[in-house]
Amino acid sequence: MTFSRFVLKNATRNRRRTLLTVLSVGFSLLLLTVLMSVWRSFYMDAGPPASALRLVARNRISLTFTLPAYDRQKIAAVPGVRAITPMNWFGGVYINNQPKNFFAQFGVDPRAVFHVYPDWQIASAQKQAFIHDRQGAAVNRKTAKKYGWKLGQRIVLRGTIYPVNLHLKLDAIFHSTGFSGLIYHQKYVADAVAWARDNDGAFYFRVASASDVPRVERVIGAMFHNSSHQVKVESEKAFQLSFVSMLGNVKAFILSICSAVVFAILLVTANTMAMSIRERIREIAVLKTLGFEQGTILRLFVGEAVAVALAGGILGSLLGAGLLYGIAHSPNTPMMGGSLAATPGTLVTAWAAAALIGLASGFLPAWRAARLNILQALRHVG
Amino acid sequence: MAIPISYNLRNLRLRWGATLMTALGVALTVAVASFILALLSGLHRAFQASGNPLNVLVMRKGLSDEVSSSISRGKFGAIKFLPGIAVNAQGQPLASGSLVVVVSLRRRGGDGRANVTLRGLGLQGLALRPGARLVAGHWPQAGRRQIAVGVAAARQFQKTQLGGQLHFGKGDWRVVGEFQDHGSAFESEIWAPRDEMAADFGRPDFSSVLLRAVSPAAASALVRDIESDRRLKLHALTETAYYAQQTSSGAPIAFIGGVIAFIMAIGACFAAMNTMYAAVAYRAREIATLRILGFPRPSILLSFVLESVVLTLFGGVLGIAALLPWNGLTTGTLNSTTFSEMVFQLRFTPHVLADALIFALVLGLIGGLAPAWHASRENILTALRG
Repeated sequence: MTFSRFVLKNATRNRRRTLLTVLSVGFSLLLLTVLMSVWRSFYMDAGPPASALRLVARNRISLTFTLPAYDRQKIAAVPGVRAITPMNWFGGVYINNQPKNFFAQFGVDPRAVFHVYPDWQIASAQKQAFIHDRQGAAVNRKTAKKYGWKLGQRIVLRGTIYPVNLHLKLDAIFHSTGFSGLIYHQKYVADAVAWARDNDGAFYFRVASASDVPRVERVIGAMFHNSSHQVKVESEKAFQLSFVSMLGNVKAFILSICSAVVFAILLVTANTMAMSIRERIREIAVLKTLGFEQGTILRLFVGEAVAVALAGGILGSLLGAGLLYGIAHSPNTPMMGGSLAATPGTLVTAWAAAALIGLASGFLPAWRAARLNILQALRHVG
Repeated sequence: MAIPISYNLRNLRLRWGATLMTALGVALTVAVASFILALLSGLHRAFQASGNPLNVLVMRKGLSDEVSSSISRGKFGAIKFLPGIAVNAQGQPLASGSLVVVVSLRRRGGDGRANVTLRGLGLQGLALRPGARLVAGHWPQAGRRQIAVGVAAARQFQKTQLGGQLHFGKGDWRVVGEFQDHGSAFESEIWAPRDEMAADFGRPDFSSVLLRAVSPAAASALVRDIESDRRLKLHALTETAYYAQQTSSGAPIAFIGGVIAFIMAIGACFAAMNTMYAAVAYRAREIATLRILGFPRPSILLSFVLESVVLTLFGGVLGIAALLPWNGLTTGTLNSTTFSEMVFQLRFTPHVLADALIFALVLGLIGGLAPAWHASRENILTALRG
């Protein structure tokens, strides 16, 4: 019988205990996988290439302040800027005030927006229809699916920030991984509300290459430094993260939950190994009598702990990956959640973490087992 | 006939290693759950402490937040003499327009920026908010670019101590006072003289108007009058109702925290089950002996469920005890109505503690039921031979 087979036999002889331990470790690892993926998506991932080239300009005071509409021309003139569109948060009410009827709505320049978002997949006939219909609307596929909208659907949005109700017709449905919501012609609102004509909430623009980003940010910051309205320029990703950080200290929250989870797995696995060794004290004595060395016995039990923890780790991380897939593809997930996914790197990290935790938790009980006094152990009544 | 609980307690002590490890696992789960509950309790408390039931808040029709609302000075003139509004010693109605804007400031400890509500108060503004008291410095004087900072905002943001300079609008503003207001949402705000602020931000209109009614009945009459006047196109509600609806800001914390606590609870249940199965297996002969002595099956079942519950309750107490030192810790989250940071304190109220212990108890019940059932069903003869 080989060493690994012996470990496996031992691990499966109390099936119920092994199963419960694997499940317990598995659910903890599920949480760990999800949290690690959230961390990666927020703080390590630069996002899709198109998003890395997209910048956002807004009023430095805060998002509730607008910029003069003519700033658009000034920003467009900066070398390296390829396309620019206003993105005005409409914040309208669809049907009623219930959270399930809430989705993002932006007033845009219908021609420019597709150059700022070249990553959107849209049929060119629908694109043209949207561009030429002043009351037209376009939504991403997930939002259309959530409300069961088909092309030609009439959508009425009651204005809150802008005192106007929009009566829109759905002209286009596009596919996007990062964007979720509805776009309409800003001109529709500007024709109805006087102050909307000269003010825009934010400008989204695309630069030619990644090397342009820091320079364009600097030039635009300096350009408006002494104006009555200072402008803040940041990447689309940083802009989205600023909303996440408003929820609170997200980093500290994720880190503390992760350490709690790791510690919990450590306890569960250590407890299982202690129980399993207690049952086998006489057996260990027999093994030692047969001439098995301390090192072998140590490896035997540590190996069992690692095998159980790893099994839980694989189960949990796969469940976690499934959960993340569900979150990313649910129409109710806010914009940033759309990019959530467990990468192979995250999965391997989760498995390594599980194996390490198994190693650490199995070591002490295994060491004590290896150092057992044979005579006492043989006398042991378990 | 019930088996005395001391039997279970002694057994838990005898296998102290397994007991402690399982209890610690449960403790971690309960700690996470009670942390979330304490956050929500602190947030609710802050909103409950906010507003005066006699104050009526008026905004533009169709809006539910002060930040995007605007009311012209002309409309203010039309509502400040409505019947039912209290008057001050000089015979002036207690009515005041606020200018409310959101500015982005740097958090302490370098953790990025967050939005703060900046409120410009008119002459009657302080008289309408009698709960606000200075803890240091003095109230801002008009025309001198002075501001007062709520104690909660002062803890959360850089340069908000007395004498600090904050940059917004057209230049720097100096902090000359720090105020508190019974832990209300106002403590997360910065207050400035309204007309000076209006000039800085180019906003001549008011964001909202606050009216003091003479009685609760007058307050509801005012709300009715303003809501039903179709020329005004204004929305009115009592100040307490306005803040009560903002407790929904806790929804993301409740949802995310709830999911995390639930997943951890499943893991902890399996661990408790494991420990209890081992306890049952270890004591198979004992159980058989108890049965022979005349203890019926339900007693055995009850005894082991109780043991499991004691085990997880012990864990629950450990988890709560580990977190208690953080009672009163200040933290902030996004107020989904005003779109700015709402600062509040972690509060381990008796209610939170009771909920956390119930949570631990449920973990014990779920984890202990199957092993206890197993124990009560065991065949006496086989067990004795074991």
